[in-house]
Amino acid sequence: MNQESLRKLVLDTLGHIAPDADPAALDPAVNIRDQIDFDSMDFYNFAVALHEKLGVEIPESDYPRLSSIDGCVRYLQDKADSRAAG
Amino acid sequence: MPSLGADMEAGTLTRWLVSEGDTVHRGDIIAVVETVKGAIDVEVFQDGRVERLLVEPGTEVPVGTPLALIHSPGEPAATPKAAPKAESARPSARAPGRGATAGDARGATRRRVSPAARRRARELGVDLKALEGAAAVTVTDVERAAGGGPARAASPAPGGMRAAIAAAMSRSKREIPHYYLETSVDMGGALERLSTYNGARPVPDRLLPAVLLLRAAARAAARYPEMNGWYRDGAHVPSTAVHAGMATALRGGGLVAPALHDADSRPLPELMRGLADLVSRARTGRLRSSEMADPTITVTSLGEQGVESVLAVIFPPQVAIVGFGSIVQRPWVVAGKVAPRPLVRVSLAADHRVSDGHRGALFLAEIGRLLENPEEP
Repeated sequence: MNQESLRKLVLDTLGHIAPDADPAALDPAVNIRDQIDFDSMDFYNFAVALHEKLGVEIPESDYPRLSSIDGCVRYLQDKADSRAAG
Repeated sequence: MPSLGADMEAGTLTRWLVSEGDTVHRGDIIAVVETVKGAIDVEVFQDGRVERLLVEPGTEVPVGTPLALIHSPGEPAATPKAAPKAESARPSARAPGRGATAGDARGATRRRVSPAARRRARELGVDLKALEGAAAVTVTDVERAAGGGPARAASPAPGGMRAAIAAAMSRSKREIPHYYLETSVDMGGALERLSTYNGARPVPDRLLPAVLLLRAAARAAARYPEMNGWYRDGAHVPSTAVHAGMATALRGGGLVAPALHDADSRPLPELMRGLADLVSRARTGRLRSSEMADPTITVTSLGEQGVESVLAVIFPPQVAIVGFGSIVQRPWVVAGKVAPRPLVRVSLAADHRVSDGHRGALFLAEIGRLLENPEEP
């Protein structure tokens, strides 16, 4: 899965959890929680959806890397790369 | 039209999900109604066959109006000439069923429309049915369909919902003699156990601190019945089940407190999934009638905003509400020494017509005990 399709998947997932927010309008470099109401329960649902869609394990210690859209894409790309390499 | 909370006076039947002649089972979702709190899936509370649909989609009717006649097995069949009498076929969907999951498959084919989008559609006169194709309908979609730019007023909540919250809270402050108690609880042990528990599990099986707080409040409520149930007709009606109303802030503004059923007794992992699902559905406008109608106590959590304390207002006709502030690092005395510990402030607002501060204090201490000496996970 390339960067663009990962980005689309992240945005779609966010849009599903927070239909009131327009994910495409968010600044991808800035913490999601600083831009929209996004509490721990929303984040849990977000992480579960990414885990289920991509089959990646996301340890709790990695959660900070998922705080922005760019961060999510980078993290998921790294995961995919290391899986391909491993 | 079911009463979906003390603050609801009427609702609009949006659509039927069953036809006359269909067989229905207790808990099936048979209709969608529009209320000030958004669209609610109405569950049927008995098994039977749909004899007649009494209300046309698009009609607003007062709470208590029969929506349909359901013929239960064993009842004499209603003849076509018979007036809709209670003896022949009970008006259904009037009292809440609960714990229902059937009918989800049918509901799942519906698009998700956020409460704010629904409200905006009403304001702009946009027909939501016309917005085909989208998996989720947002305010932006609605405004685009209306042809106008986002000229959204900065209203903090849907007009109708704000008025309903105001009515319920005014009634609460007018009728319920509140008393308030508060205590601090050391969450260190619980959070350590949680971290260990979560470390060994994939994302979907992990627990959030919120579910531990909720669980402790629910278990304490089961042990202190005067905090659980409703105040009706001048007396406390206790409830054996604990259905915790989860106060949930909506992104477009406003608040709902749908019930998480059997919060004291369901296995913790199941409760976590139920909580995540409930909050998600509250925020995307997909709650069920039983969840709106039957909370026995409310729990409100401030989450991670760093605000330490909430003294809440009881949702009538309930008799208590438990408030949790953010979990914050604070100096605390442990074994004679000051040490930084993660603390949470737990408050109780309870109804003096039902209980006194002494019992309230025991209840609050029980929550603290359950959090500091967790029986689970």
